[in-house]
Order: sequence, then C-alpha cells, then structure tokens
Amino acid sequence: MVSDSITGPNPTMATVPIESSGASHYAVAPIAERSVEKLQAQFPDTFFEVRRFRDEVTVYVPREQIVTVATFLRDDEELRYNYLSDLTGNDWPDRDPRFEVIYHLYSIKTFGRLRLKVRVSEDDCTCPTVTGVWTTANWHEREVFDMFGIIFEGHPDLRRILLPDEWVGHPLRQDYEIGWEEPEFTVRKVHRNYAKG
Amino acid sequence: MARATRTDKTQPDPTKVFDNVRSDTAPYAAMLGGVSEQAQAGAAGWQFEMQKIDPHPEAPDGSERMIINMGPQHPSTHGVLRLVLELDGETVVKVEPVIGYLHTGMEKTMQSKMYQQSIVVTDRFDYTNSIGNNLVYCLAVEKLLGAEIPPRAQALRVIVAELSRLSAHLVWLGTHALDLGAMTVYFYCFREREMILDMFDMICGARLTASYMRIGGVVADAPPEFFKALDDFLKIMDDRINEYDYLLTQNEIFTRRTKGIGELTQEQIIDLGASGPIMRAAGIEWDIRKANPYSGYENYEFEIPIGANGDVYDRYLVRMEEMHQSVSIIKQALGGLPEGPVKCADRKISLPPREELANSMEAVIHHFKLITEGFHPPKNQEVYVAVESPKGELGCYIASDGGNKPYRCHWRGPSFVNLQALPPMLEGRLLADVVAIIGSIDIVVGEIDK
Repeated sequence: MVSDSITGPNPTMATVPIESSGASHYAVAPIAERSVEKLQAQFPDTFFEVRRFRDEVTVYVPREQIVTVATFLRDDEELRYNYLSDLTGNDWPDRDPRFEVIYHLYSIKTFGRLRLKVRVSEDDCTCPTVTGVWTTANWHEREVFDMFGIIFEGHPDLRRILLPDEWVGHPLRQDYEIGWEEPEFTVRKVHRNYAKG
Repeated sequence: MARATRTDKTQPDPTKVFDNVRSDTAPYAAMLGGVSEQAQAGAAGWQFEMQKIDPHPEAPDGSERMIINMGPQHPSTHGVLRLVLELDGETVVKVEPVIGYLHTGMEKTMQSKMYQQSIVVTDRFDYTNSIGNNLVYCLAVEKLLGAEIPPRAQALRVIVAELSRLSAHLVWLGTHALDLGAMTVYFYCFREREMILDMFDMICGARLTASYMRIGGVVADAPPEFFKALDDFLKIMDDRINEYDYLLTQNEIFTRRTKGIGELTQEQIIDLGASGPIMRAAGIEWDIRKANPYSGYENYEFEIPIGANGDVYDRYLVRMEEMHQSVSIIKQALGGLPEGPVKCADRKISLPPREELANSMEAVIHHFKLITEGFHPPKNQEVYVAVESPKGELGCYIASDGGNKPYRCHWRGPSFVNLQALPPMLEGRLLADVVAIIGSIDIVVGEIDK
C-alpha cells in the first residue's frame, strides 16, 4: 500500500508482470506429467483441470473424489506419492467457489512433486478429510480449519490448533482485517480507577 | 493468574475494557492445576466457563492415572510448548501437544507487506536458522518472478546457509546434551556458535536475525575479514566436532538415556510426514539438497548420513555427521567461489548499486519504484519451494494475484510437522524419556506457532 499512500499510481511506468530471463530454466518434471496421464486414465469420467507454471503441475480435483484420487496417487507403484509435504488453504472472495484446499504431494521414491487442489464453496464449506490417506494431514487440516473455517468431514479431532478455542472468526480469510490489540499496561480505565482510590 | 487477581481489585467489566482482547487465563490456569481460590474467583469474573479436566481419570483396568502438564514454561520444552501427559505411574499413556502460545499471525503479516519487506519476517520463524528461512522465501519469490541468480550469489548463499545449519545444530546439540545432564557440551557448542554469529555480523551487521538474502541475490558481497574468519573457523571446526563426539558418543549416561528410545519405523515416519534427521535416522536416504537440488547444491560433493534404528541416539549421530558434511560443503563452495555480481541484473527485481544512483537517472527511478511500489509477479500463479533446513523440509508456498504483496504465503515449518510425530514416540515410554525425545525432534516453537 506504500505506493498508493505516498506516490499514487504512476501513469508513466506500467505495472506489467515481470518475466525475467531465468524463467526458461524451469521445465515441467516428466513424472508430474506422467501423473496427470495416469490420473486421467484411472478416472476417465472425471474432468481434471490441469495448470502448469514453471516446473509445477496443479491438478484440480472434484471435492467428492479427493480421497479416492489421493489414495490412488499414494498407492500407485510407479508414482508413489507417499509423502504429504504440505496441506493448506486459500481464499478468493471474488470467485465462486470461494475457497481452495491445496495439497502438496511428494514421492520419497521418485522425488517428484504434484499439487492437488479442491475448490470449496462458501455455502457448503466442507471437504472430505485425507487423514485416512496420510496421517500427517491431521494437524494441517486443523490449521486450515482454524485459519479458514473449512470443515473437514471425517476428521478425527477437528479443533482449533493455533488459536484458542473461544476465538471468533478465521484470520486468514481475506475479509478478516488485520486488527490491533490494546496492550494491557495502557488500559486507561484501570488507571483512572486507581487514581480515584 | 496475574490478570485475574487484578480484576478482584478494580472490578472493571472485562468485556468492555478489552473489546477485542481474548482472555484465556481462566481455562488454562484451571488446567495447570493448583489454582488458588482467590484466582478461581477472579477467573470466574472473566465469564468464561472453565474447562473441566479430571485430574485423576480412571484407567480401564481400574488403576488410577494422573494428568500432568509439562510446559508451557518448562526449560526442556525449548520454548513455549505445552504437553498434557496422562501417566500411569511413571509410564506415559497418552500425550497431547498443545501449541499456539507463540502464534503471532506471521503469515497474515507477510500477506500485508510487499514481497521484499517480508524477508525480516522470515527470520522470526526458525530463529536458530534465520538465513535458511531467508533462502527458501527468496527462492520462492524468485521462482515466481523467474529471476536468474548470479553464480557468486548462489555460492555465497550456500556458504551462509551451511554456516546457519551448523549454528542451528550447535544450539540443538548444546541444549539436548544439557537436557540430559551434560553441561560441558553446552559451553563448547556456544563457543563455536559465537564464531558463526560473529561472521554473520561481518556480512550483514546482524547476528541472530540476519536477513542477509535479498530477492535476486544477497544484500552485499562478503567483506575480506569474513573470509579470514571463515578460514580460521574451518580450520578448527572438524576437530571441535570430534571434541563433542569424544564427550558424548561413548558417554555411558548419554547412551543409556538415548539408545532404543523414541523409535519410529520408516513407514510411520513417512505417514506422519516427519522429515530431516528424524527420517534419516530411520535409514531413509532423503535430503532435499540431493533429491531436488537448489541454489547450486548439485555442484558439491557430500554424503547423506543415515542411521539404522531411528532412535534418539541415531538422530544424534546423523546430526553430528551432518555437521562434518556442512563443513565440507563450505570448503568446496569457498574453493570454487566465482567472481562477479551478487545481485540479479534485473533492475526491476533488485536495487541498483549505490554508485549508479549518483549519475544515472534510470537507476534513481528504479530505486524509487522498487522501494515504493515493489514488483508485480505474474497474476494468478503460485509456487511451492522446499529446502532442507536443519530440521527437515522447509517449504514456502506463495500465491500471487498480480499485486506487489503475496496474496497467500504459507510456511511449511518442519518443526510443526515433526512435532506431530511426538505422541507415537512417547506413548508407552517413561516420563524421564520425554525430555530426551523432545530434544531429539529439535523443535523451534517460532516455526510451529507461526
């Protein structure tokens, strides 16, 4: 926001996205492409939207199928995405469906990465849990629940993890503004009471 | 408890004084046990229902169990980790880590700052390895931008990242040994760590929260005195590691408290997502520096130390050998350190050199534009970059909406995931092993609570 508050928008310099010379260094890993092929062959009736950026491949999975897709990717002998690196969420208030659950899969066998995404709408803010596929998803899903309010159906222990239980709201939603908190030692009321005796 | 006592005296309506301030004192104080009547009366004034925990739950076989709290203020929990332990005599039946005491919303903070401003925030995640955190964040933003990093900057990054790994391992070794009653090692480790921190001071002016890296390179070339200090350090470091080794590896007390403790199988570790030395101690040969090289690690020769049993002792051995390997990597990087710039040539990403500002209008514009507005990565794109931190896989996920701030920045801290593996390691063990096992995971709470 610095630019808006100090200089304002500068018409002489267009804010075009940067694409430096190093971008050509990244080539999509063959194992990720192979995963997309095998996934499409395994689930012929499902349309998987695939996006590629740098060397990363993102596959959008329908919400109902995330557990079967994850199990297939984990158990397939060639792909073996047996390690869930990371699970997180994202919030796009202008889009419909609004939320995304993002799975970063990794294979200890092939050392390949793959990103899965599930879109979750605001009205039906639920997503099936993958704790049955990778146990490590437990705390990650609790964190996403804590921060975005997405409910993971079938999760064994869905509670807030970083914030206290009585906290209201989900801080990483984009419409949750950064607030402030009055430090305890500046509570004026208390001091006034002391002064009155 | 302090808060609760104060309300007794003044009795303001807490909901009005602290409109947006939460009060968690009451339930937590009750759970900590031993709460005085006065404090309980004060806590009741906060209008929160106290969470009821039965301090003596009955076991299925009719024997009595006890629930005790370890932490959040306990020296061997390495920060503000709290464990709720259910004990049957001296045996741990159940354990639940309670985290979040250090939560400061760092991801939200990063999303509210321009890309280059967040580097100082990354220092605060795993504060024993601040430069490693800078590295993963810079790599992620550079991947988003498609920036090309000059070879000298890459080599300097490897040198400082390995120094940072050594420093993090030294903190771990000193505190781990101290937890198990060996005090000498602590002083020896911090003696060498001081040398590393002094070197960080030389290259960037800060010791702990270094912020040495910038998007597109490093902040400045290392001064000559840094290389001299590094030479002196490399000459002695291998011997010093052997010195710690001499103090601990055959130490009867140390081995009896670590061998056969906290074992996990390979399948369990992969399923639980634990990474780093925990994984390697169980015999899985996985190191991101080898598996998915970044920042030129493919040019250096080093080995991945692995253990066999996956217990606390093997984790210790793996980390000790990793320190030797780090020293070797630094020597190689220093030997083949290329000449050249230490910043990306793209003026839209990295600041122009100071001397150009005096006689080039273009440099002034670039400087002004970068400081006030930053840069705009491609719209609606995202990257995930992982590096091998001293604790395991350190990942950074950034999604861009085309603005000058990250739309979403997620930090995959290895400590957060590794801590999940604590209950399977602890359950069925003795209370005395808890300290050894927590030490062997090597957690930093800044990274867990974010």
